[in-house]
This record gives sequence, C-alpha cells and structure tokens, in this order.
Amino acid sequence: MSIDKDTVGKIARLARIRVSEEDKETLAGELSGILAMVEKLNAVDTKGVAPLTSVVQMKLPMRADVVTDGGIPEKILQNAPEHSAGFFVVPKVVE
Amino acid sequence: MSGIIKGATGDWEMVIGLEIHAQVLSETKLFSGASAAFGAAPNAQVSPVDAGMPGMLPVINSVCVEKAVRTGLGLNSVINLESVFERKNYFYPDLPQGYQISQYEKPIVGNGEIEIDLPDGTVKTIGIERLHLEQDAGKSLHDQHPQKSFVDLNRSGNPLMEIVSKPDLRTPEEAAAYVTKVRAIVRYLDTCDGNMDEGSMRCDVNVSVRRAGAPFGTRCEIKNVNSVRFVQMAVESEARRQVDVIEAGGTIVQETRLFDPKTGTTRSMRSKEDAHDYRYFPDPDLLPLTLEPDFIEAIKKTLPELPDAKKKRFIAMGLSPYDASVLTSERERAEFFEKAANGNDPKLAANWLTNELLGALNKAEKDLSDSPVRAEQLGGLVALIADNTISGKIAKEVFAEMWESGKDAAAIVEEKGLKQVTDTGAIEKLVDEVLAENADKVAEYRSGKDKLFGFFVGQIMKKSGGKMNPAMVNDLLTSKLKG
Amino acid sequence: MTKLTHLTIKAALEGLKKKEFTASELVGAHIAASESARHLNCYITETFDSARAQAKEADARYAAGKALPLDGIPIAMKDLFCTEGVQTTAASNILRGFVPPYESTVSGKMKADGLISMGKANLDEFAMGSSNTTSAFGNVINPWKRKGDNRDLVPGGSSGGSAAAVAARIAMGATGTDTGGSIRQPAAFCGIAGIKPTYGRCSRFGVVAFASSLDQPGSFARTVEDNALLLRSMAGYDPKDSTSVNVPVPDYAAACGGSIKGLRVGVPKEYRVEGTNAEILALWDKGVEMLKDAGAEIVEVSLPHTKYALETYYVIAPAECSSNLARYDGVRFGQRSAGENLIETYENTRAEGFGREVKRRILIGTYVLSAGYYDAYYNQARRVRKLIWQDFIDAYQKCDVLLTPTAPTPAFAIGENTQDPVTMYLNDIFTIPASMAGMPGMGVPVGLSADGLPLGLQLIGKPFEEETLFKAGHALELAAKFDALPQLLAA
Ligand SMILES: [Mg+2]
Ligand SMILES: [Zn+2]
Repeated sequence: MSIDKDTVGKIARLARIRVSEEDKETLAGELSGILAMVEKLNAVDTKGVAPLTSVVQMKLPMRADVVTDGGIPEKILQNAPEHSAGFFVVPKVVE
Repeated sequence: MSGIIKGATGDWEMVIGLEIHAQVLSETKLFSGASAAFGAAPNAQVSPVDAGMPGMLPVINSVCVEKAVRTGLGLNSVINLESVFERKNYFYPDLPQGYQISQYEKPIVGNGEIEIDLPDGTVKTIGIERLHLEQDAGKSLHDQHPQKSFVDLNRSGNPLMEIVSKPDLRTPEEAAAYVTKVRAIVRYLDTCDGNMDEGSMRCDVNVSVRRAGAPFGTRCEIKNVNSVRFVQMAVESEARRQVDVIEAGGTIVQETRLFDPKTGTTRSMRSKEDAHDYRYFPDPDLLPLTLEPDFIEAIKKTLPELPDAKKKRFIAMGLSPYDASVLTSERERAEFFEKAANGNDPKLAANWLTNELLGALNKAEKDLSDSPVRAEQLGGLVALIADNTISGKIAKEVFAEMWESGKDAAAIVEEKGLKQVTDTGAIEKLVDEVLAENADKVAEYRSGKDKLFGFFVGQIMKKSGGKMNPAMVNDLLTSKLKG
Repeated sequence: MTKLTHLTIKAALEGLKKKEFTASELVGAHIAASESARHLNCYITETFDSARAQAKEADARYAAGKALPLDGIPIAMKDLFCTEGVQTTAASNILRGFVPPYESTVSGKMKADGLISMGKANLDEFAMGSSNTTSAFGNVINPWKRKGDNRDLVPGGSSGGSAAAVAARIAMGATGTDTGGSIRQPAAFCGIAGIKPTYGRCSRFGVVAFASSLDQPGSFARTVEDNALLLRSMAGYDPKDSTSVNVPVPDYAAACGGSIKGLRVGVPKEYRVEGTNAEILALWDKGVEMLKDAGAEIVEVSLPHTKYALETYYVIAPAECSSNLARYDGVRFGQRSAGENLIETYENTRAEGFGREVKRRILIGTYVLSAGYYDAYYNQARRVRKLIWQDFIDAYQKCDVLLTPTAPTPAFAIGENTQDPVTMYLNDIFTIPASMAGMPGMGVPVGLSADGLPLGLQLIGKPFEEETLFKAGHALELAAKFDALPQLLAA
C-alpha cells in the first residue's frame, strides 16, 4: 500500500500538524517507503498468536486511594504559554 | 407521553439506549493521587499526571477498581477477570494527554440486566451492555471572553464508570425509570453519590425511531443530559424531530447533539469531522487489569440488599408493588421504613410513611434526612393505632403535633388524654344518651332510613371527642337500633 | 598521576576517599574540559554552577566521613530526563523553555547517591534518531575522526550527547535511554560501554516518553564496571511507574571480574545480515574467540524472527509515539504558535514545534492506528513481537547470554546516511530485537576499524539477569583491552 498526498493530508489533520502542499508530496514518498518496508510483516504467519501486551510479566499494580498530589496550581500553570486567574487560556473553542 | 409517536404517515416507535457516566466515589483520581472532590479553586486539584506533563505516568486507584466490580455485581453483570485500558486519541484543550484512558474492547464489566419500575406498577427488564472505567476530561469555559476559552483541569482524570444499556428502552418514562434505578443502585452500593447537579452522574441518550417491528433506525446521541426530567424531555423532542425529518422526506444523520433545557429541544453539535477515528490502542503505560475470583467473591459478600431484592421482600411482607417500589427507590427511604415497621404492621407503617410523612416532607420541601419525625417515632405512632390505643383519626392529630413538637406519639396521647375508650359500659351509656336525645331520628331509621346510621355515629364521636373505639361503637349501635 | 578527566569512576571514588583530590577539583577539571569541547555540542543546557555547588557539598561530606555512594562524580544527564527547576527540552523546539516542576525518579536517585549533573545532554529530538542529527539544538559531533579524514562524524543516537561527552572525557558517565538501540549504538560509535537494562528495571517516571513499551533508561561509562556502579544507582522499583518491576537490585559491580567458565554464549546465526561491514563481522568472530578463551562455551542459536524486528519496531514505536506526543499542543507548557482559531493554533504549534523526523513518525503512527489499518499493521506487529520475544525465550534454553555486533557500520559522517529514512533505520538492526523483547543489552568497545574508528559488540541477557551481562562484558573488556583515545584527546 502506498500513501498519496490526500492521505497525508488526512492523517496530518488527525495528528493536528499543518503540512504544506509541497511537503505533502515529499512525505507521501517517505511514508510510502516506510510502509513498503513494514509490509514485510504480512508475510509472517501469526495464526493463533496472541498480540504481545507487555514484555513485563506481572499483574497491573494498584495504588491506595490516598491524596498524595495536587494543591500546586502555580506549578501546574508555571509553564503555560497563556494563563489567567488560575485557568489555562486558549483561543476560543467553538462548539 | 408514550412510546408511540403519531406521525402524519402513521405511528412510530422510539428506541432508546443510555450511557450513564457515574463518577466513582473515591478520594483521588483514577490514575493520580490528586483529590477528586468537587468545587475547588481552578487547577488546585491537578497533579502533573492530570495535566499530561512530559514523562508523567498513570497508576490505577485500587478503590476505583473495587467499586467498578461492586457496581457490576449490583447490575447483575458479568465481571471480566481480564480487562484492558486503551487510549482514545483526540485533541481538545481539556484533554491534557491528547487521549482519554478508557476501556474499549475488554471492559471490566460485561453483560447484565436490571429491572425498572414503571409508574403503573409494572416491571421491565433492561439489558446492561457493559460498564467500563475511564478518565473524565477537564472543564472549558467558553463564555468568559469573546476570543478565549478558559481551561480548568480539576476534573481531569476523575474516575468515571460508563454504564451502557442495551437499546431496550421504548418510552421516555422507561428512560427516566432506568436512570432512577441505576442511580438508586449506585447509591445503595455507595459507589457513586448520584448527584446530577454537580455532574457526578451524567447521561448520554441515544435515540432512534422506527416503524413497529422494523429494524433499528439511525441513532443520534444527545450528550451530557443532567437530570431525569431532562432525559425525558430530550427523548421526547428528539424522537419527534426525527419523525418530522423522516416524514418530510429527509434522512437522519448519525451525529452528536446537545439538549437545551431552555427550549426543551436538541441541536446538532458542530460535527467534528475526524471525531470517528479515535485510534484506540492498548495503553502501553498500563498492563492488562487482572482480577482474582477470590477478590470478586469477597466484594460479593459485602454487597447490601439491593432495591429489587428489597422490593420483593417488602411485597412479601404485604406491601403493594407500588408502595414497595416507592419505598425502595432510595436507600434512606427503605431504611426509614424498616425502622418504622420494626415490630409493627408493615402495611400500616408503609401507609403512614408514604401518605403522611412523605407528603408532609414534600409540602415542606424537606428531605427524609431532615424529617422532624424520626423513624422510631413514626413506628411508635403506628403501634398505637395497631393496638387500638388511638383511632386513625386521632392519629392524624397526633402526627401533626409530632411534626410540630418532635415529641413521641405516646407522650402526646398521654398529655392530651387522647386514649381511645374501649370500656363497653361507657360506650353503651353514650349510645343510649344519643338515641334518647334523637328519638325521632331513631323512629325514622327503624322505618327504613338506613342512612341515619352515620348520623348516630357522628353524634357519638362528637360527644366523646373522637375517643370512642369506632368498631365497638358500630357494634353497640347496631344492636341497640335493632332492639 | 593521570589527568582527573581520564580516571574511571571507580578510580575517582577511591581518589576522593583517600583525599588525593577533592570533588571540586574533579568537577572543575570536567567543567574546564567541557568548555574546551563545546564544539562537540554535547549539552543543551550546562549546569556548571550547580555542579560546582554540589561538589562543595560533596567535599563537606567527604571531610565529615559521610560521603554518599557515588559522591562527587560528574555525569551528563540526557535531556529526556525531567529535572526539577532545570530546562528539559527532549531536543525539541516544542519544549524550548520548559522547566519541570518535578524530578524524574532516575535522576532523583542519582542525585541522592551524590552524582553531579554537568548538564542536560543533547540527543535526537524526542530520542528519535540514530545519529543525533535531528536535535533542534544542533548536531552532536563525535570526538572520533577517521584516519586522514577531517569530516565530522555522528556520535550515533539518540543518546549522542551522552555518549560523546563520556568519550570526550568531559563527563565520567552519563544517562541514556534506549528504545531501539539509543544507548548501545552510540556507545559503539563513540568507543565506550553502555547498558540498556531489562524493560521494567529502571523507572520511566519523569522520562519524556517516545515509545512507552520500549523506552528504558540506562547508562554510559568508559568501563563495564563503571556502568555497574551507575546502573545500581539508577535501577529499582518505582510505584509511580506501572511497568516498573519489583525485584531487588543486586550489586552489579560485584559481578564484574567473576569467572565466565562454563558460561554458555549464544551466537545467533540470523545476525549475519547482508550489508554488515566485513570488519564488524571479523570483530564478532574475534569476540567469540575472546569469550571462548576466557572459558565460555559457545553455542549456535537461532532467532528466526529477528529479520522482522526492524519492521515490527517501525510500526509499534511510531504508533506509540503518535499518541505520546499528542500532549505537545501548546496549551499547558512549551511553545505555542499563533493561529486563526484553536485547530489552527494546534496545527501551527505542532508543525513549527516538531522537526521532520518526529513529524514523519507521528504521521506513520497515526496512519497505522487509524481505522481500517489497525489490525493489519498494529496488531500484526504485536503478534510478530510476541514471536520475537518467544525466540529469545527459546534461545535461552541453550545459552545464558548472546553475543552479536552492536551496529552494522562504524560511525559515519554527518549527512552521509541521512537522505533516506529507511537506510538510516538500518543502523538499529542489531539492537532492536532485544528492545522488542525487553531483554537487557550491553555494548562493549572491542576494537578499531582500519580507518581508526571504534567498533563494539553487544551482549544480550535474560530478563533481570544484568549481572550475567556485567560478568561477560567485563571478561570481554579485559580480553579486548580497548584503550584507544579519540583524536580529539590524542591530539
Ligand atoms: Mg458516550
Ligand atoms: Zn465515556
């Protein structure tokens, strides 16, 4: 399968990355190259093989329900490009 | 309201499925140690994990797992011994990680069913599709500034149980009864406070219409409906809208809609064009969640008696199905009833609770928890009626006094000398007195004017201040009039 | 006495204890060396002032007889580890200026053991690369050069700044992270040793994520034993990382020097891949002989699915990265570019904030996860990954450790290999299989190429048996007697 310019546009939109028209062309070539490589995987017989979930052989650990964090709004906001009155500020969202 | 919509071209049936987001009652968030309490200053309950900061990792809250299992058991559902957390990927300013950790292919709870109680006293079984655990998003405020939105992440990462029904509901009333029942169950279980005002329970309502017996139509999802009444209104207006669209020759587009309580109608949310490609995949920061059968058994042992079981028991005690469902619809009510009925006639206790006390509370706009008459006190009043110490009529007077003063029924009866007279001699004397004073009416009665019997009773009761035992008065009067 | 910057960590600790020199002198010597090697561009953020201050504190502890286990040793910290109060960039424009309000578990443990960070080491942007040429803060230059060729060479990647700093003797050790070979390959290119421990051995908490199911912190140093000292400080269970494994951390240094008599060393036949440099194949044979002479038993093993490891990696790593990097949206931290509306703001922020290679991987990852392709690509890759893992488990029935080349070529010149992404990806062909299986791997410098560049071999061990790697690695090191110096220092 190869990726065309339109597909690049579609996935770039999904990934929220602006891509110029000429970059779409280049990327279509590069991404198709990568896909051509990974398509080798289709040749592997994986019938009856369960996908690997983790190389770690253990149960999911759980934590106690005790407050150990939070209460640091100034630290949470300190790196924000824009904040006001304790809130993060972004261009208006239209619903 | 009913499930049938009269269209220009005939009748249509509604098909309704509900997704209820119920916030797990826990101290902290699903994957971080920040507080999950409601109402803090903006961003005051946010850990770097909840803010999606670089390198931050999720660690699951054990109480949330336990309560999800508990709720699943309460919904008579299958508990899955292995479930998987997946990432649902999309961009939104109140979704800090750029994905929501949720469960997709393998939820913690699978199929089940619950019974809903309809206003006419009938019961319907509704299928539960699944219950899964997921993170809540933060909150965006859009109306504070003309060009900006403000984001508060306090809610980000809060633990939610998403409870998904099968599309088994057919009327707005059924939808309302379903929400009410789920709310009652989670409150009995202590797994969610069911507070719809604070958003700890929110409903997504899926509605479609079809001709009776036809395959399902295309559905629309109405997001975040936050009261039982609004659920009914949203279903009603959305189904009507769909019928109008179809009958005008249009087709229903599957979309997400918003309910506006001001207009009582739904409107389309500007459809996000890529909203349908969430690119779910198992979260590599978390391993599959595995549960031991022993763990589930242990939780099973701690389950309280749930509304349906309680209802059945109450009916067996002699209550009407209607009273039983009213009394079990809320845990506090059922507990109040059981205390009041303790050692008493259950039916009588139920009548006094549903008719008198709940009526008075409703009028005074009070909750059962701040009732001036305690359960034991109501029980005391019922006991006095049952053993003929007071009549039902006097009991109403006593109840009013209890409501005002908070005193016990027995004390009021004692103080005011309201004890019923059951001494045959005293009653006979009064009967004779009344008959003597009304000799003309006695003659009329004897000549066939039966209706006068009530008049004699009234006179006797009046003279005695209502304290004569009504049954004994009846017996004596009957025999004297015959004589 | 040798120059302070040429000491091993082990020797430096002895010198500090014997008061032959102070931590301030040791750190001062490394700062001076760093200043004269600035053209290598090893650091994104230098933290010399705080290093000097910490050295003073270390000296006070030595004077009081209360020194910490690794007190006063100057190291480089890969700029993927979040450091409280110190800019952390992941070598990306999108994180320029980001100052974390928290510390990664690994860097915190190292600080607690007295290690002193000289600065945040340069890397490939978000650890995506094998040449350290994708950094938004410029290329890192390898202190080695080919004989008679003055072109600048790449240090390997992604932990290029860390490896170059240790090779150039401006830091005694360094942290790295390894997702598909990002410790082992740069160690080979720079002529030093490095270890990627078993997945789950070191906490990922506070480490900027690239591909969560593969990322694993590890160390660089000039000797195997120095790596043992560093890894012991870095490793250990962390309840803040749900994939961290709760097993005790042994004294790795104690394993160095142990006999390898009877150790079964597996040689996987599938690693003789086409396109591998002949000198490297010859070195591999030599390495086998060295271990055999030291008493090891050599067995041929088969890892039949190895030939699919690279392809598996280039589905799984981009898929995870596309999701992990969604948080860089210009809302809560990092850089924001202006846009007409919110979506444009996102799109411009991410278009301008991310470099080409990162964008390429996000896009391919988005594609393989998207509706219709998920099962064919992502799930198929996870199934093949299971087979790769099973290969290792099977091989370990016959051997205790595997010996392979680390990289298919020695270091190449900047710009030499970077035209086609797929060619560049081949750099990690020998390191990726162990990453896919979560197995620990160690790179050891073993010899020089004809044109004077370091060449390394890789040892791969059983899960949580890093001690075997240290034992075998130390034996290999002893036999190889690699003591060449980069031209930078020889000159
Ligand atoms: Mg929903
Ligand atoms: Zn949901």
